[in-house]
Amino acid sequence: MGGSEVILLDFWASMFGMRVRIALAEKGIEYEFKEEDLVDNRSPFLLKMNPVHKKIPVLIHNGNPVCESLIAVQYIDEVWKGKAPLLPSDPYQRAQARFWGDFIDKKVYDHGAKIWKTKGAEQEESKKGLIECLKLLEGELGDKPYFGGESFGYLDIALVPFYSWFYTYETFGKFSIEAECPTLIGWVKRCMDKESVSKSLADPHKVHDLVLILKKKHGLE
Amino acid sequence: MGDEVVLLDFWPSMFCARTKIALAEKGVSYELKEEDLLGNMKSQMLIELNPALKKVPVLIHNGKPVCESLITVEYIDEIWSDKAPLLPSDPYQRAQAKFWADFIDNKIWSSGLKLWSTKGEILEEAKVEFIESLKLLEGNLGDNKPYFGGETFGFLDIAFISFYAWFYVYETFGSFTIEAHCPKLIEWAKRCLQKESVSKTLPEQLKIYDFVLLVNKIYGRD
Repeated sequence: MGGSEVILLDFWASMFGMRVRIALAEKGIEYEFKEEDLVDNRSPFLLKMNPVHKKIPVLIHNGNPVCESLIAVQYIDEVWKGKAPLLPSDPYQRAQARFWGDFIDKKVYDHGAKIWKTKGAEQEESKKGLIECLKLLEGELGDKPYFGGESFGYLDIALVPFYSWFYTYETFGKFSIEAECPTLIGWVKRCMDKESVSKSLADPHKVHDLVLILKKKHGLE
Repeated sequence: MGDEVVLLDFWPSMFCARTKIALAEKGVSYELKEEDLLGNMKSQMLIELNPALKKVPVLIHNGKPVCESLITVEYIDEIWSDKAPLLPSDPYQRAQAKFWADFIDNKIWSSGLKLWSTKGEILEEAKVEFIESLKLLEGNLGDNKPYFGGETFGFLDIAFISFYAWFYVYETFGSFTIEAHCPKLIEWAKRCLQKESVSKTLPEQLKIYDFVLLVNKIYGRD
């Protein structure tokens, strides 16, 4: 698609940003990566491109911003449809993929965040909540190599970035996700064999270091 | 076509209203199964068909459940694609419609909820957020479009007109009128109400008000 300009406003540790990076890589799209320093201050450019939520990721295609990671992934799939289809072709399968993507956003993210932000009973509840959600997702995966079936797709993209944060959750929560959800970790390793994934995910140890800084900064030690 | 369509519903829900409006737009016949959620008596069917969230609406198409209102609307649009297209055909417009529908679910719904279930400072803060959010949404109407979808009623119109039944509740508990802050939005709502798919679906505003009074009583928030 000649003359197409694609920019991604992102933050290296964001699992939401990673989703868009993976989708762009799957489609072989070249883009400019603009890093936001979310630990300190949001740039004027971000505020202009996403005035409503002031959040990353923002995918900017020919100057037009697309916000919210799963909306951006769907947009990428629709615009660059010649290669690597991300959403299933069947409407029912698509609805299921969207449902679970939405579930991940509503449940997995919040539980995970509370594991490193809280202590005691609240932390315990969040751990339980996270494991319950991951087990439900494991059920959805079943015997399939990917959530998308034979090929890697939308729901795989929606979930796999959270893997960069598993080490953080496990360390602060003192538990092992692999012990609870071995099938899911098997799926993660399969996804990590794909270059689009391994090159997009942040280093789990670096994420952990970031969280140490954030906890200190917000007095959550 | 031998389609069997069932909808698990709760009559006051603005989310269920979205699915009903979409089905009406497409002229799809369906069986309505009402859930008694006031008594918190979720049916076995609801728990089985939406085990992850246990919420309505659940659209059941030939025995297979589709959950989450906006996802059901998109599904309906894709299955019954021969009539009344709901989502724009352009990918960028589609992304915009989805963004604002998500905004409605996150900002407008949550601040609206606080308007009738909280008091004092929390209520006042919620009112500010609610009105600001409505203004942002209204900005998408611009000066020339009759609907959010442009010339034709569509996805984003459905996503928000479902809240119209709750306007009286928001205004009464919040002590303000939406029209004073967002006159274009009220004009747009009246335009939508002229459509049978909308007017026959939405419950009366006063019935929703009575429902809310009852809920507040049950939760000791008189």
